[in-house]
Amino acid sequence: MALLEVNHLDVRFALRLGEVHALRDVNFTLERGERLGIVGESGAGKSVAAFSLLNLIAKPGFIAGGEVRFDGQQLNSMSERALRKVRGNRISMIFQDPMMTLNPVLSIGEQMLECLKAHRRISSKEARAIALDKLYQVQIPSPETRLDQYPHELSGGMRQRIIIAIALLLDPDIIIADEPTTALDVTIQAEIMALLLELCEKHNVGLILITHDLGVVSQVTQRMLVMYAGRVIEQGPTREIINDPQHPYTQGLINALPQMATPGEKLNQIRGSMPSLSNLPSGCAFHPRCDFINRADGQPRPACTQQVPGFVESGNCQVACHMVAELIDKEATDEARLKETNP
Amino acid sequence: MNASSSALPSRWERLRDSYLLYSFKRDIVAQISLVVFIGLVAVAVLAPWLSPMNPYDLAQIDILSSELPPFWIDGSDAQYLLGTDAQGRDMLSTILYGARVSLMIGFGAVALQALIGVCFGLLAGYLGGRIDAFLMRLADIQLSFSTLMVAIIVGALVKAIFGGETFSAYAVPLLILIIGLAEWPQYARTVRASVLAEKNKEYVDAARVMGLRSKRIMFRHILPNTLSPIFVISTVQIANAIISEAALSFLGLGMPETHPSLGSLIKAGFDYIQSGSWWITLIPGAVLIVLVLSINLLGDWLRDVMNPRLYKG
Amino acid sequence: MNAQAEAMTDNRIPTQNEESAESLLQIRGLKKRFSLSGDFLDQLRFKGGKLVRHQEYVHAINGVNLDIHRGEALCVVGESGCGKSTVARIVMGLISPTEGEISYNGERIDNLNSRALLAYRKRMQMIFQNPYASLNPRMTIQQTLEEPLRLHHPDWDRQKVVTKVEEVMHSVGIDPDWGKRFGHEFSGGQRQRIAIARALAVDPEFIVADEPISALDVSIQAQVLNLLMEAQHERNLTYLFITHDLAVVEHFGTRVAVMYLGTVCEIANTATLFAKPRHPYTQALMSAIPRLEDDRPQHVRLEGEVPTPVNLPSGCVFHGRCPYANARCREEIPLLQTQDDGTRVACHAVEEGRL
Repeated sequence: MALLEVNHLDVRFALRLGEVHALRDVNFTLERGERLGIVGESGAGKSVAAFSLLNLIAKPGFIAGGEVRFDGQQLNSMSERALRKVRGNRISMIFQDPMMTLNPVLSIGEQMLECLKAHRRISSKEARAIALDKLYQVQIPSPETRLDQYPHELSGGMRQRIIIAIALLLDPDIIIADEPTTALDVTIQAEIMALLLELCEKHNVGLILITHDLGVVSQVTQRMLVMYAGRVIEQGPTREIINDPQHPYTQGLINALPQMATPGEKLNQIRGSMPSLSNLPSGCAFHPRCDFINRADGQPRPACTQQVPGFVESGNCQVACHMVAELIDKEATDEARLKETNP
Repeated sequence: MNASSSALPSRWERLRDSYLLYSFKRDIVAQISLVVFIGLVAVAVLAPWLSPMNPYDLAQIDILSSELPPFWIDGSDAQYLLGTDAQGRDMLSTILYGARVSLMIGFGAVALQALIGVCFGLLAGYLGGRIDAFLMRLADIQLSFSTLMVAIIVGALVKAIFGGETFSAYAVPLLILIIGLAEWPQYARTVRASVLAEKNKEYVDAARVMGLRSKRIMFRHILPNTLSPIFVISTVQIANAIISEAALSFLGLGMPETHPSLGSLIKAGFDYIQSGSWWITLIPGAVLIVLVLSINLLGDWLRDVMNPRLYKG
Repeated sequence: MNAQAEAMTDNRIPTQNEESAESLLQIRGLKKRFSLSGDFLDQLRFKGGKLVRHQEYVHAINGVNLDIHRGEALCVVGESGCGKSTVARIVMGLISPTEGEISYNGERIDNLNSRALLAYRKRMQMIFQNPYASLNPRMTIQQTLEEPLRLHHPDWDRQKVVTKVEEVMHSVGIDPDWGKRFGHEFSGGQRQRIAIARALAVDPEFIVADEPISALDVSIQAQVLNLLMEAQHERNLTYLFITHDLAVVEHFGTRVAVMYLGTVCEIANTATLFAKPRHPYTQALMSAIPRLEDDRPQHVRLEGEVPTPVNLPSGCVFHGRCPYANARCREEIPLLQTQDDGTRVACHAVEEGRL
């Protein structure tokens, strides 16, 4: 059984102009020590997905259905008290803005010790030793002095290292990182990502990396989910998706990167923009922007505009697209026909 | 959200879907306050047509019918619904006219405050540097005098120089001037703070890059974006101005008794509480309280709506 | 580093006459520092029993020389705090330089008053980073786009203004029927299109774009970048393009200037720079771009972090993080030197052939 299992997760926000469906039917699993990327543009629901794992969705949002199973326990029906034992302890989070985690009026040492003591019965001396060890691991120069410093005395890159140290403090099974390097400069970003990758591998920690940056995902993760308008539209091994994306949206996203075009030539853009969740198109949410809604005979495929696509297996990937489903069907029938004609 | 998906909403549809209306529909206190406030303003404005008597007209006053009690007390006269005051004026009419004067001074003073305060606040916030330092020190100095002190000094000076007659004749504009001058720093500070926040937004840079003059940037671009806090403090300021006027009148520095506001009515009746004619002072007092309370409650609601990050209580 | 010494040692800084034929905008010896110390009273400190005036500055730009050629897209890249946005804002006259000159078409523009600058406002326009802040929330799109036209063409009648607004909305792919809407009703990409339309409305020849796509989603970035390139072809625009994203630079830029801590450390043609980055900082920057191809990041690791621009390091500003730094780097400020392929690099190690 997988370490983390998400089944049919459904999250809604009760807003004043009606209910908004932020997450629909999200399914995925994470094995121990596995690194999973969740990719999507703003409004795709990737952060909501991450927050709902630990039931951290703030009002007016709520989990309307589905389940999150972690190590055999069902997280979404757990009491707040029991959930606290999981949060920060077995599953820890890294946010985009380090100041969301760091308290500006407490020193780094106080915050790390507090976190340790909240979850474990240990002496201050032991706690300090653990904190120092974690700071060494995140390669912070002169960790002893850092313990007595306050967050504002540190640079952005340094703060994010401290956050990683805090996330590792209790040797968690999973780290959820929500755009951990978006606010940082390129060179610092590369270092932080490399550090995170190294530490996860060394301690066999699972990682759920939420990002809009396909480059980062391809370098760090083993499997990835692509989200669009609150749904997962493609998932599978990262390499396979990056090298051979099946869903037209994933294809568009990858092809739109400047590095995929000849310098000076037009970039391959996806037309339009992501629909707002309160006003989704019927059928496949991507169909108004999709170039493949026509069948081979030139007629538009009615399913695209009428029916939400389910997942089909394509190699090791799962894709939610009528066009892909049709192609696979066709291949299967062709094969069958081939078999019939020459058994 | 997405402009491409729906037709252009009309002004009415915008209002209908707005958060303003939504929260108003959900706030019973705000609804009652608004009804009370509009009711009071309406009867005050329509006083000359609604009131049974004209309290300014000496010919209509009969000194023999003075200190008659309101209708629910024995010895009342059906002609005078809320009784009469010491001079025999019909209380209802006097209160209607008095509320009119109070509201006029309140709104007038706030308009003056807003005019001075918004201009100074815009200049200080947008131009910064020495102008900012000068205007803000000026505001500090102004705030260190209380409204009452300014009123006493100006009132005394005017009375001394031009005599009590002139003061009575020009009491309304004078009170507007006094209260307006005394309280502009509230506006200036609020506006300056929001200008400082707006000034750094890119649309202001865009306007400068376009080559627009500072005046146009200040009034056309920045000012409309600082309107929400201006609205919010306006409600508080109107209530304050009405109270200031009442206080001044009560002290004898405001409206003369021949031309009473709610404040001077309270004052006029104050001497008769001992003799049992409590209604001369308490009824205008109650009207004043209801008026100020309804404005303040409306202001509270408005502040919550326009600043959603602010938690209630 | 003072301008005189620079002029003596650095004989490759083109004089104005030499390059003015092709260069549209010249930046010469530009320096900008911002005071951190507040007003006069805040600056007074007690030191050893005496009242001393103490001032601290952020040295945002420390001697930048750049030429922008007509018709090109000059990209300025660097990390946050390197002064790239300050350069853009000084060029547009939003802030005034502490030292140095900006010339447009050979005429100095940094010391003009706002009236004299008005003629240049029509020729130079700017696109901003944050499409959520760059449109006035209380103005409709129509009003936003009409404003520059009415200002710069006071003789135009209403019909002409409306026609022009329609035309420019078309050219950026915004339906003219949406003119009565407000900015917040549009998505980020559409807002950035409107901001571009506003800049294009007065038919400028030079556009400063300050991180115009970094606030946008990936699929929208491509749309906006395409739009900017289209506009360049159709209108023969010249761009000063500020960005931190090297992948965008590679695609968009004609030439690239790499900035670090307020100085330009390398200027080269885009293709040359990407084929052969010379400056150690450029090399580190390029290796840090996350690429799709490799599944293991192999980037050049830099020591430490960017020093604060309050107390600039002596010598080369990069020496504290540079793997090739030696004694000379710590003392002497390197100047831009032209290499045989036309690249200009400010690095002692490159000059001495150590790298």
